[in-house]
Amino acid sequence: MNSKTQNKIAIGTLYGVAGLVVLILLALLGYILVSGLPQLSWHFLTAPAKAFLKGGGVGVQLYNSFYLLILAMLISFPIALGAAIYLYEYARDNWVTTTIRTAIEILSSLPSVVVGLFGFLFFVVKLRLGFSILSGAFALTFFNLPLLTRSIEDSLRTIDLSQREGGLALGLSRWETITRVILPAAVPSILTGVILSAGRVFGEAAALIYTAGQSAPALDFTDWNPFNISSPLNPMRPAETLAVHIWKINSEGIMPDAKAISSGSSAVLVLAILLFNFAARYLGKRLYKRLTSA
Amino acid sequence: MFVSNDVSTTGTMQKRHIVQPRDAQHPIVLSTEELHVFYGKKEAIYEGDLQFARNQITALIGPSGSGKSTYLRSLNRMNDRIATVTGRIMYRGVDINQSDIDVYEMRRRVGMVFQRPNPFAKSIYDNIAFALRLRGTTDQHELDEIVETSLKQAALWNQVKDDLNKSALALSGGQAQRLCIARAIAVKPDILLLDEPASALDPVSTSQLEDTLLELKKQYTIIIVTHNMQQAGRISEYTAFFNQGRVLEYDTTSHIFTNPQVQITSDYVSGNFG
Repeated sequence: MNSKTQNKIAIGTLYGVAGLVVLILLALLGYILVSGLPQLSWHFLTAPAKAFLKGGGVGVQLYNSFYLLILAMLISFPIALGAAIYLYEYARDNWVTTTIRTAIEILSSLPSVVVGLFGFLFFVVKLRLGFSILSGAFALTFFNLPLLTRSIEDSLRTIDLSQREGGLALGLSRWETITRVILPAAVPSILTGVILSAGRVFGEAAALIYTAGQSAPALDFTDWNPFNISSPLNPMRPAETLAVHIWKINSEGIMPDAKAISSGSSAVLVLAILLFNFAARYLGKRLYKRLTSA
Repeated sequence: MFVSNDVSTTGTMQKRHIVQPRDAQHPIVLSTEELHVFYGKKEAIYEGDLQFARNQITALIGPSGSGKSTYLRSLNRMNDRIATVTGRIMYRGVDINQSDIDVYEMRRRVGMVFQRPNPFAKSIYDNIAFALRLRGTTDQHELDEIVETSLKQAALWNQVKDDLNKSALALSGGQAQRLCIARAIAVKPDILLLDEPASALDPVSTSQLEDTLLELKKQYTIIIVTHNMQQAGRISEYTAFFNQGRVLEYDTTSHIFTNPQVQITSDYVSGNFG
């Protein structure tokens, strides 16, 4: 066989494999959207769920998903940013940093149900936070931290070493160089990483089942006092998210339209994550453009 | 004008020929004594006792890996986290290689321009102004003035004066390098270290850069690493020849190029090796 035929076969195989992956993904996406989109309506997106009757919506679950996402990001982003800055900008390569990196890697491959059970034992039981948004947010932080740290570290790595030297040569301290030169330049890439990890967090169910709980008490969207149990802002209330809702309906839903609600919820979830991804690309590109050719 | 300070040695050591500048018009502003640089256990600079005359251009030449860049980067302690530097670096009577020296303040006096232009991902204006703002210059009028003066000194003002708010990353290589020079002189240093500043530039930009340096030496003491012999010959008053971590010859540029005392120097400047 000459190298030309060999090359053709290799390319053909690669095209085939890539095509198969795309096909599977499109089929999945298509199935979810085709069966879910007809269920979507303003009522479905805003109404509270019903346990026994048909016609319930996912308004509370949808809100819970966003609220939990924001809380989890508020907790995990500063920690991940600090860790990434330490690891990439300050730490020398020695056994301490090797240990940290290994720990991060192990943590990132931890099954999310294990994170959930750990969160249940530690936050819900030990710290007496109960099934609550806060417990859920902490569990999601554990789930999110390793990958976010990695992604921010990668963002810092894309900024050339000469930028750091440029800052130092002007008499800036290392901290000033990082905060005034490196971070602003890395913002587009960091933002992309944050939004992509937000998509993962948004779709997470296993880590939340035993931490944020599986019930969604009715919320009073006129009550914004975070200490009231029916207030949407109360972080101590149990809060079923959209992803958990899908899991629950499919395993023990007894409403007559369970299948339709599950399909509709899945479509909403997929659309939200698609939106995150497009937003990440768009914002990242725009910010980069503003920085490079304003 | 010159007091011979010949430390030529023979025997097991390579012959060296060091003549430090002695010129009442241009007193010594920076000098290194018994400077050694180690990368881990590997010694990169063995001998580098040099003195630099004020408001003159000193060129550091030598083959790749001879230690000239390492030496230059030691002068404003850019090697701090990379290598161990022992010995004294005397700047106006103070040893700046001491651990209790405010290294950030020192780097504002001893500025540096690098081999590859490294403008920040900011506007042209902010590239120059932001370090000043950090140090407490907040008056807009004053900032405008410093930005304009620095850009004029770096011979970039006429090309960018209408685009000050545009991103510096859109500049061409030569323009970006001038911006880096403007940025370095905006903090009003005393000494300017340049590490092969023209190696990434085309011939026209290089020649413009050289003109700029000749203009700048009226205000600054310039030490430049270059692998371009003609460049050293065109712009510098003094030249030090580095080889294998050692300064083998240091003298006025005209001496180094017309009458080198060490055989290797002679081979190098005539293009026979390196």
